Amino acid sequence: MKSEVRSQKSEVKKLVTRYSLLITLMLVTCHLSLVTDAFAMHISEGILPLSWAALWFAVAIPFVWYGMKRLRELSKIDLSYKPLVGLMAAIVFVISLMPIPVPTAGTCSHPGGTAIPAILLGPAVTVLITGVALLIQALFFAHGGLTTWGADVVSMGIMGAFAGVGIFRLMRKFNVGLAVSAFFAGMISDWAIYATTSVELAAGIRGDEPFWPLFTKILIAFVPTQLPLGIVEGAMTAGMVKLLFKRRADLLVKFGVIKAEEAI
Amino acid sequence: MNEKLRVRSLELRVEKTENWLSRLLFTTYCLLFAVLLLVTCHSSLVTAAEWSGVDESVVEKYAKDHGREAKEPLINTDQGDLLLFMFLIGGVIGGFAAGYYWRTLTEDRAKN
Repeated sequence: MKSEVRSQKSEVKKLVTRYSLLITLMLVTCHLSLVTDAFAMHISEGILPLSWAALWFAVAIPFVWYGMKRLRELSKIDLSYKPLVGLMAAIVFVISLMPIPVPTAGTCSHPGGTAIPAILLGPAVTVLITGVALLIQALFFAHGGLTTWGADVVSMGIMGAFAGVGIFRLMRKFNVGLAVSAFFAGMISDWAIYATTSVELAAGIRGDEPFWPLFTKILIAFVPTQLPLGIVEGAMTAGMVKLLFKRRADLLVKFGVIKAEEAI
Repeated sequence: MNEKLRVRSLELRVEKTENWLSRLLFTTYCLLFAVLLLVTCHSSLVTAAEWSGVDESVVEKYAKDHGREAKEPLINTDQGDLLLFMFLIGGVIGGFAAGYYWRTLTEDRAKN
């Protein structure tokens, strides 16, 4: 009898998860279709001089190449790695395309979404996923640019992923809870993305002007939008990691996110 | 007989919880969506022509001040409602892909 009730309970859980996923999908779709004139951090085509665009390309390419190598290695080891990569790719693509209105600032922006895959898959594969998402967005969504792809990969892919995973691992070392660590990882990752965008923009457009005052000006201009959005991204990251912990704690153990004893 | 009755009553209780949870979840999401819509519409009425992306209000603004302007993208989908359509398609494809892989991951475990 107990086992029957237990299975019934697991059915309830499954149903609730399905409902919430379905409705979240509905909300995301409606949101994407409702807000039209809203893009965000991606640096648009032609904003950076070619020399700077080339430099950021040169920085991004080795990371993307290493990400491909790592993906091939890890896919051979574990079969469940590929669906997880697919899930993360879809999440990064949708999140980094989703304009969120920030009422306090009267502007729109989007989270990066790179902290979630960085925690679960590692930063190298995250850079690759981000690169692909950014390429599709630059080609078909007038979001970002082809010449500025390298700069966008560096800010969103490399800095977003490494800052997120760095904070997460550091906090876990000090025995901070999974959800709290994921929250701070998401938040810091978001802020790191926009800080890097400020560096890229200030360096690219400054001309003869000194770097630091312009960088500070741009960074401060991002603050009213990105400060609350970073908190939203933190909550999203914590929610996703916790959900995966509840449904597939074994995967988190397998990929070294948590220790085996935590999954019991 | 008693055992059967007890199982049935437990099943009924689980069913009730299931219905209650689903309704609660649905109502919460609907309320959240309504609030989001209200806030968005109200704020757009109060501050007309705002809600621009930070790429426009920060990136492009500073770039323009320093003599650099954004160029037209290679495939310009930012024309009329075309971009709206692209965003909708992007959201649907991304959402379905996420759902598909999530199901693969969670059903894998059930099978194992």
